[in-house]
Amino acid sequence: MHKLKPITPLGGDTARLDQIGTLSITEVVGQALASITAREGQLGQMQEALALPLPGVGKSSAQGDFSAFWIGPDQWMISADHDQHELLAAELKQMVGDAASVVEQSDGWCRFDVSGAALCDLFERLSNVPVRAMARGEVIRGTIEHLGAFLWRLADDHMAVIAPRSSAASLHHALVAVARSVA
Amino acid sequence: MTQVNRLTGGLINRSATLSFRFDGISYQGYAGDTLASALLANGVRLMGRSFKYHRPRGVLTAGSEEPNALVELRTGGRQEPNTRATVAELYDGFVAHSQNRWPSLEHDFMAINDRFSNFLSAGFYYKTFMWPRAFWEKLYEPIIRKAAGLGSLTGEADPDVYDKGFLHCDLLVIGAGPSGLAAALTAGRAGVQVIIADEDFRLGGRLLAETGGLSERSGVEWVEQTQAELSSLPNVRVMRRTTVFGSYDHGVYGAVERNADHLTAPEAGKPRQTSWRIYSKRALVATGAIERPIGFENNDRPGVMLAGATRAYVNRYAASPARSVVVFANNDDAHQTARDLMAKGVEVPAVVDIRPDAPALEGAEVLAGAQIVDTKGRLGLTSVTVRLANGQIRVIACGALAMSGGWNPNLGLTCHQRGRPVWNEDIHAFVPGQGLPPGQSVAGAAMGEMSTHAALTGGAAKALEALSDLGITAPPAQLPKAEDTPVSLTPFWHVSGAKRAWLDFQNDVTVKDVKLAHQENFTAVEHLKRYTTLGMATDQGKTSNVGALAVMAELTGKSIPNTGTTIFRPPYTPISMGALAGRAVGKEFHPTRLTPSHKWAEEQGAVFVEVGNWLRAQWFPQKGETHWRQSVDREVLATRSSVGICDVTTLGKIDVQGADAAEFLNKVYANGFAKLPVNKVRYGLMLREDGFAYDDGTAARLAEDHFVVTTTTANAVLVYRNMEFARQCLWPDLDVQLISTTEAWAQYAVAGPYARRLLQKIVDPAFDISNEAFPFMGCAEITVCGGCRARLFRISFSGELAYEIAVPTRYGDALMREMMAAGEEFDVTPYGTEALGVMRIEKGHAAGNELNGTTTALNLGLGRMVSTKKECIGNVLSRREGMNGRDALNLVGLRPVDASKPLPAGGHLMATTGPVDAAHDQGYVTSAAYSPTLESAIGLGFVQSGFERMGEQMRLVNPLEQQDVLVEIVSPHFVDPKGEKLRA
Repeated sequence: MHKLKPITPLGGDTARLDQIGTLSITEVVGQALASITAREGQLGQMQEALALPLPGVGKSSAQGDFSAFWIGPDQWMISADHDQHELLAAELKQMVGDAASVVEQSDGWCRFDVSGAALCDLFERLSNVPVRAMARGEVIRGTIEHLGAFLWRLADDHMAVIAPRSSAASLHHALVAVARSVA
Repeated sequence: MTQVNRLTGGLINRSATLSFRFDGISYQGYAGDTLASALLANGVRLMGRSFKYHRPRGVLTAGSEEPNALVELRTGGRQEPNTRATVAELYDGFVAHSQNRWPSLEHDFMAINDRFSNFLSAGFYYKTFMWPRAFWEKLYEPIIRKAAGLGSLTGEADPDVYDKGFLHCDLLVIGAGPSGLAAALTAGRAGVQVIIADEDFRLGGRLLAETGGLSERSGVEWVEQTQAELSSLPNVRVMRRTTVFGSYDHGVYGAVERNADHLTAPEAGKPRQTSWRIYSKRALVATGAIERPIGFENNDRPGVMLAGATRAYVNRYAASPARSVVVFANNDDAHQTARDLMAKGVEVPAVVDIRPDAPALEGAEVLAGAQIVDTKGRLGLTSVTVRLANGQIRVIACGALAMSGGWNPNLGLTCHQRGRPVWNEDIHAFVPGQGLPPGQSVAGAAMGEMSTHAALTGGAAKALEALSDLGITAPPAQLPKAEDTPVSLTPFWHVSGAKRAWLDFQNDVTVKDVKLAHQENFTAVEHLKRYTTLGMATDQGKTSNVGALAVMAELTGKSIPNTGTTIFRPPYTPISMGALAGRAVGKEFHPTRLTPSHKWAEEQGAVFVEVGNWLRAQWFPQKGETHWRQSVDREVLATRSSVGICDVTTLGKIDVQGADAAEFLNKVYANGFAKLPVNKVRYGLMLREDGFAYDDGTAARLAEDHFVVTTTTANAVLVYRNMEFARQCLWPDLDVQLISTTEAWAQYAVAGPYARRLLQKIVDPAFDISNEAFPFMGCAEITVCGGCRARLFRISFSGELAYEIAVPTRYGDALMREMMAAGEEFDVTPYGTEALGVMRIEKGHAAGNELNGTTTALNLGLGRMVSTKKECIGNVLSRREGMNGRDALNLVGLRPVDASKPLPAGGHLMATTGPVDAAHDQGYVTSAAYSPTLESAIGLGFVQSGFERMGEQMRLVNPLEQQDVLVEIVSPHFVDPKGEKLRA
């Protein structure tokens, strides 16, 4: 075990949790991410090697330790528990070999999970994504506070926001300010 | 003061008494009142002063179209100017002040303007302030600026928060009068997503102001029942206090919801207002109609108001402008005002109707064929002068006049995308024409359907049409029976012979002004508008435009439709700046990006600089340092003599993979990359298609099919976008995959003679980073600090022995702390962007200042890098003759001949003798700094044929600042020109 101690996207030693009215906003740091992109003409081989159902446009899927959501043509983001799969990119590369390009993305992003009944009230103030029409499991890339972000509807009352890590503080400020506005 | 003009009934809550103050005097009103209705109930007719002549004014209307009764609402940071008293919802403790007057509303010194009205006619600015020319800036403009404007701000910061958001619906219904409610009910019952928005705090529109019933119920009862049903439907969103202010492309509408304007103050954290962007598949404009005044002499006195507004005050607010009200009209509708007034016990001395065949009215004398020719009453109406049909003059004492020239459909939103309305001869008004915004339809009075029955059925029918467009069949909603009286109106715009007959009350435009515009040939409507100021300012001519067009039509002999209307533009009513800003205020104006070492740098007391959205440490002041130069000089010298560390995470990082990755980079960079060995880095230059240089950086080959490209901080997004374009559009057959990893890796430059020794304490022993094993321009994937994955690049921006080391971002903070601890024995120094800049100038490395969009590889001294052996973006056009002349600009170093002199960045280079002007300009300085290493100012710049002019002296001039320095052209590589240090 190396001696470098991680900090969270918000700069803390532990993940931040804000409870505002019925809404909770949780900084999620326990997920490893890796992008996987099929190489030219090798989508079939990649899918076969991956043994993970890859979802269509705007959708997500899950199997075993892994979940995936679509991020571009022949391109997905794979997510898994960070403690168990810190080297997720290397694991995936091992599986797919030259059929795909795999890139570590764990620290490219911050993630906040928002839950509570007023979920849509909050997100319709942050993004032009039609959140009320989003079904469970849908993922839409949109803009929040000028930041490109993925909105991932995990349940009726549960949304994950995945946005660039360096702007975690700005995103967090927006989430909290709007939560106060609608709570 | 008691509420002397409060009537019985009305939609006010008499059990909720509210205290409020207007111009320092306390009054009482009720919940459900507006400021205007409460003041009228309290016997106050005088509410404002006009813009130009400072004429005393009262309310003209009962809605958002109000031109006169503008007030300053609230106090301190919450003070809001130009608020219409007619839409300001009363609350307990409400405070308002009149505006545009001094010292008081009753005694306004500036009313002297009214005496000089002959001089202040339309166009007087253009004629009066032309001479003497020099007076304009020093005298006229300051005076005009002082006199202009209406309300004022306090200058204090607004303490409230504002929000913004985005809504989506199948049908947006704009306006909740009878047609809007019928439409929302029809669509709501069909199950589609409906938003119904109304600017009022109560749904119902004109139904709230009228006494006519709907089937067996009153209009208000039907509204309440409908509202209850709509609110029970989960697919319907009812938005009161929400003004849809603009229609934009693709069915997008702008709206502002006033969340807390009706409260003393918003709850903590809650917004005062929210601006919404509404994405609609279909939209129905049901915005009703606006009554128009009639022009006659002195028709602007407090107490003169529109007949429909009078009805609204009497029926909805139980407030009468006076106990005796005359009616003046050209239509039957206004007779209802007389009936409603009398029903509430208000005296109606006469109904003056211009129509010789005006119908009789029970309980009031109808003066058929008569006209009002003048009025009296300085601060409020006391009498009207009537010219009877037989020519006799009769003066009738009264406290108010309810006038009506007919109704204009409220067209604003139908014309925001340049739709042109058409004239309807039946109602003598413009109605929506062809060319509505896509997806939009219009119903009710806004469509010229003036009866309640027509509004209800029109709204329901248009909703069904919208549903049908969306592929849904639904039954029409059961609608109540309502009045269906046809419009009976004789067009009449102004009393003949009247001069100071107001058309535009807000901008003090009279019939005489329109005549003057005509006389001076400003007859086109848009010219008329600019010349007279007609239809400008907060009300945008809602009550005035058609009347003024009619007068112009008369004068030109054209018809009104041929005269045309001016363009309608958003916003429909004024919007506060706060609502437009939403949450983006102060330091939240834009998002910030923090580097992995930000927290650590804050602890060190770093001074930060904004680089795009990034906050980067600019320098790290130490105890005793009082000037930034002390800190920067120290950081440079320490780095060059020992070792320094700088966070360079902000540089763009693009992961490039695929079987054709090398070929792809070979096409994107001007120089060759195909043969770059694995574990090597190469400097690369990117050209635009036109052959000019636009970015530089490095590409590190981590595997045969895997590169990491770095870009400048500023161009990280641009380069990625261009590379994606190239991948997808230029060479789609290449097997290449791109993704940004800028944020994923914390990256630090470690520079200086002790850089290797420091890193040897960090890099795990399994990795040999000796000069032999890991030479200049090497790269490798390694581990550090006991097994943490990392990347190491031996590259140098400073010119020193240097590395860049990267770890996953979450470990960046810890790595910085580890390196600082490990470097303690070498006196390691963190350095910021300022020292970084000084060192790269000392080394002669180009940066954004040099890659400024006008320079080529040749200019930069990198001409030989542009490969002639391959095709790449920009290389063909970079060979243009004009870009390769012998006199082309070349990047050179510059030193002052007198080392104590500074070099002004941005200065231009001239021959030592001869003129100093643009024609003799030979180049310019792009970067300048004080070099603590050389103990002299130094600079980089571009000089014609500079490579051949080493040692030549030139004048560096900045005529704007009277700077003139003798400089010598030198090599741009001030430090270690042979590159021995970085290879050490």
